[in-house]
Formats: sequence, structure tokens, C-alpha cells
Amino acid sequence: MPSAPPEPAAGPREEAAAARPVPAWRRSLRPYLLIVPALLLTGGILYPFGLGLYYTLFDFAASKPQPDLVGFENYRRIFTQSSFWDSARVTVLYAVGAAAVETVLGVSVALLLHRASAVGRVLEKILILPLMIAPVIAAIMWKLMLQPSVGVVNHLLEPIGLGGVQWTDTPTGALLSSIAVDVWVYTPFVAILALAGLRSLPASPFEAAAVDGAGWWFTFRRLTLPMLWPYVLVAVIFRFMDSLKVFDIIYALTEGGPGDSTVVLQIRAYLEAIRFQRYSFGISYMIVLWAVVYLVTMVLVRYLGRIQSRAAEVPK
Amino acid sequence: MKREPRTDAGAGKPSGSGARRLSGGNGGSGRRRPSGRNGGSGRRRPSGGNGRNGGNGGSGGRRLSAVAADGALILYFVFALFPVAWMVILSLKPADELFSTYFSFTPTLDSYRTVLGAGDDQGVPFLRFFVNSLVVSVGAVALSLVIGLPAAYAAARWRFRGSENLMFTLLSFRFAPELTVIIPLFVLYQQLGLFDTYVGMVWVLQLVTLPLIVWIMRSYFSDLSPELEQAALLDGYTRKQAFFKVALPLVKPGIAAVSLLAFIFAWNNFVFPLILTSSNAQTVTVGALSFLGGDRPKYNLTAAAALVSVVPPLLLALTIQRYLVRGLSFGAVKS
Repeated sequence: MPSAPPEPAAGPREEAAAARPVPAWRRSLRPYLLIVPALLLTGGILYPFGLGLYYTLFDFAASKPQPDLVGFENYRRIFTQSSFWDSARVTVLYAVGAAAVETVLGVSVALLLHRASAVGRVLEKILILPLMIAPVIAAIMWKLMLQPSVGVVNHLLEPIGLGGVQWTDTPTGALLSSIAVDVWVYTPFVAILALAGLRSLPASPFEAAAVDGAGWWFTFRRLTLPMLWPYVLVAVIFRFMDSLKVFDIIYALTEGGPGDSTVVLQIRAYLEAIRFQRYSFGISYMIVLWAVVYLVTMVLVRYLGRIQSRAAEVPK
Repeated sequence: MKREPRTDAGAGKPSGSGARRLSGGNGGSGRRRPSGRNGGSGRRRPSGGNGRNGGNGGSGGRRLSAVAADGALILYFVFALFPVAWMVILSLKPADELFSTYFSFTPTLDSYRTVLGAGDDQGVPFLRFFVNSLVVSVGAVALSLVIGLPAAYAAARWRFRGSENLMFTLLSFRFAPELTVIIPLFVLYQQLGLFDTYVGMVWVLQLVTLPLIVWIMRSYFSDLSPELEQAALLDGYTRKQAFFKVALPLVKPGIAAVSLLAFIFAWNNFVFPLILTSSNAQTVTVGALSFLGGDRPKYNLTAAAALVSVVPPLLLALTIQRYLVRGLSFGAVKS
């Protein structure tokens, strides 16, 4: 990730100066020994991952007692099925929508909190709250509130003539509702990172701008936003990656419905692998999603690295 | 190996001075860059002022925009807090007033009694799910600490062949969709008898807790001056003693914070218990959903279950609030 590698600190050389002579091969082995347990545990997870990859070459399913080796047939089927492309479309809509709203809202909240009014200082302390609630619990909470006839949201909207909205019962409504839950849970995450970023920005450019009589909008566009962008980008990357593999919010809120309208890729994989017990096919879905997330991460992290090194050149 | 540390004073000295140094570092939220918290708080006011009036607003305009800003903030926080408040109201409603009245009713604790009463309602043993969550989350954090701390230390203190790749591999689990490994694990667990067991859950929750602990503790360790351990080595400590008696005590605040954060993440996980447990080791996140099932919606019970299940993470979050930013960003901001 973006965090820089640590300096080679108390390395073997300094240690040689210490009292007790230790054979060189043992010294160079030491970090590996310390890291081996973690690697074993990682291996314990990589093994099922490898096993999963292997499964995707078969037509392993509950309905087939004797799975055949089918090569890349599962993947071919995925890419030729319209349901995959429907899911991919919903997933991208969800991820882009959620990440975009969270970014705009989160940065706005951070800017408002940064002004350090008395109200802001009090509210800042509870900013973290939605983030600590399990997303699935948040979705349950919203599900109760969004019930068309008995939910409190429609009750509150009634006076302005908007009662009776079928929030999670129409395709668009279901997608927007699940994005809203995502926004509710994760906006604080963006806001916290943006706020931390705002507080570490150097003061002198702002002072200079104030002396020159620059307006708020100019200051925001030309100073705050460019300097804040590396911080915000970290949050955006995290949020985009996570939204691409959303599962719990949709599972609890809509279960993919109505129809197939909110069946994102992880939900599709769950339905295929667990509910319909087409194991190989379900895993293949996940492998495809994993590859996509991995590629997108790499591209975004590279972009982040460029931005950060450019930001580092700006004298502070 | 045989050589004893010279004196107890020698042992106390490095850790003592280090403790002071560390707490100084924490004040700057552990960041080594000059523009850390300490510097930032002093500068906050001027730059905030710029944001507010843009250098040309009069005092009247400033007051107006300040009110507008506070208003906007309050609006957001109503959005952020209302669902929780509404759950409280819903959970206190008597069953027969669930749909008839919205904000006036006679509060009752019946829902909590039913939810926590080990499930006389439709046999949802919610209390048991709660205990299960505690057991598997604590178990996962404990195991991750034992295994993750040495790894984090190694990654912070040595640069060795493949160290960055290994660390990135560990972090990449953070980005992998959970179902990728869970379906093969489901099959494996069925064969190994780990399905619906504590061991199985602790094992799989490592995916959540271990990368978190390694990544955050690594940055805590690298914030620690290596000279402290070198001093200890010169005093005749072995490398092992230097780690346990000097480095480890100094990062204790970090360990506490990251453990609580990892606990919250493990507690909040949903996919693993959903697929890898059925009843014995099921956790609250899955258990809370069971009140929504059935033909009669039990909104008050669902609300009570939801609230009970968020109590531990919320309590912990309040105690470690200061450290959360660093934890949540996985040290990514610090670069």
C-alpha cells in the first residue's frame, strides 16, 4: 500500500556490534522466523483460495456426484451469460454511486467540522458512530425504517405528500436505498480521513491567499482541494474497493430483489454457490470479481502514488 | 545467552526514557512528519478562518455563514443519528402499539426481555449468539496478536528479501472478496468437522484481524526508535529480551487500540458466520436477522436485537476514539 517502507533500522549490522556473537546465517534468518507463523496462517487461507481456483476447472455441484474436468467452461459461461453482465452493471452502479456520494458528503462534513465551531466540536465526537455499527445491522435498521406502509420514513414524508414510496420494492428504489445505507455507514470514514488531512495541511498558503484577498471558492478550488486530494483519494480507494464487493448491506436490505435488480456480484456468487449449490460456478464468479478488484486496486494505488509524490514536492 | 543484564537499573532506564519518548510521539498522533497533529492544531485556526470568510467577508456575513454551516452539520448528524434513536424508540414499543402510534406510546422493556431471555420467542437463542460473538472475536484477536506482533516487528525492524511483497500479500486479503475463500472453506469445513465450531470461526476471522494487526503494529514499531533496543542489547539483553522487555511495553497503547479495533471488525463480520455456522457458533450479526423472518414482522424484537448487538462495538469505539483514525486508515494516510 501507499505507506512507505520503513528504514532498515536496527539491522543485522548494528546488532553484530552487540555483545553476543550470533552466526550470520541465523541473523539473516531471524525476520523470516518471526514472520513464519503469520505466513503459515496466510497459507491456511491461501490453500482454500487455491482449492477454489482448482474447483473452478470442474463442474463441481451438489447435483453432480461425479464432477468432470471442464477447463475454463465455467468462466466461458459467466462471460456469455447476460445475468453476469447485469450483475456487473448493478455492482458498478452501486460502487460508483456510493463512493461518489460518500466522497462529496464526507469531504463536506470534514470541511464543516474543520471550522471548529462549538457545535462542530461536540458533533465531531459522535461522527464515528455509524461506522462502528455492523453494516448488516445498519441495513436491518434501515429496512425497518423504509417499510412502505409502516416505516417511519414514509410517515415523516407524508406531510409533504411523499408518503407511500415503495423504497425497496422497485428496482431503482432498491438500488438507491442500498446506496443510501452504504452512505449512512461509510460517510464518516471519508469524513474522518479528510478531516485528518485538513488538519495536517500547512497554514502558510492559506495565510498568503487571505492576504491576497482570495475568495472562499478560489481558496477551496486552488488550495484546499488539491492539497487534500491525496488524503481523500485514500478514502475513495478504500470505499470503491469495498463497495465493489458489497454483500451484507444488500443481503439484509433487499436480498438482491426485487427481481434481479440489486443482485451484485457477491450476491450472485452466494446464490449460485450456496443456494443453488453450483459450487464451481459460484466460485468462478468470485474469482472474476477478485481479479477485477485486484486490477482496479493496482491502477488506483499507482495513481495515488503519483499524486502523493507530486504532493510531496510542494514545499510546506 | 548466559550473560545476564547488568543491572535492573540498566533495564529500567531505556524503557523509562522510551516511554516518555513514545507518549510524546503519540501526542503527534504517532506521525513523524513535521505537519502532524501538534503542528496542525496550532495552525487550524487561521486556515479555518480562511475557509470561513474567504478573507473578504464582513463580520455579519461571517456570522450568517457560520450559522448556515452549523445548520448543515446538524442536518447531517440528524441523518447519522436518527436511525439509532428510532431503533431505541422501536425497541421500547409494546407489540400492540407498533403500527398504530409513532412517537407517543408507553415504553416497555418487553422486547429486550424476549430477545435476551434465551429465546422463548420462536426459539431464537440470541443471548447465545451474543456469547458466541464474544468468544470468536476475542479468540481471533488473541491468536492474531500472538502471531501478528512478531511479524509486525520483523517487518518494521528488518528489510529483507520479499518483505514488502509479503506485507502486501497480507494486506491484499483486505481487498479480496470474502466469498472467494469462503466457498472452498465451506466445503473444507464440512470435511474437517470445523463447520459451525468456535475453532472454525476463529480460524477464518484471522482474515479480518491479522492483516489489521500486522499493518498497524508495524507502523507503531517503526515509530519506535531502534536505539532503545540497541541500548538494551548493549546492556547485555538478548534480542528476544529486548523485544519483550523494551519494545513490547512501549507499544502497549498501540496494542490495546488495535486489539479493540480488530475486535470490532471481527464482531461486525457477517459473511463468515452466515456461511460457516448454523446454530452452535452463530454470531449476533446473523442472529439479528432471524427476528425479521417468519410471516409476522417483529419490528420491536428486531430493533432490540440490533441495539443489543451494537453495544460492544460502540462502547469500545468510545474508549479508543483517539486511535481510530489511524486504525481505520490502516496507516495509509501516514506515508
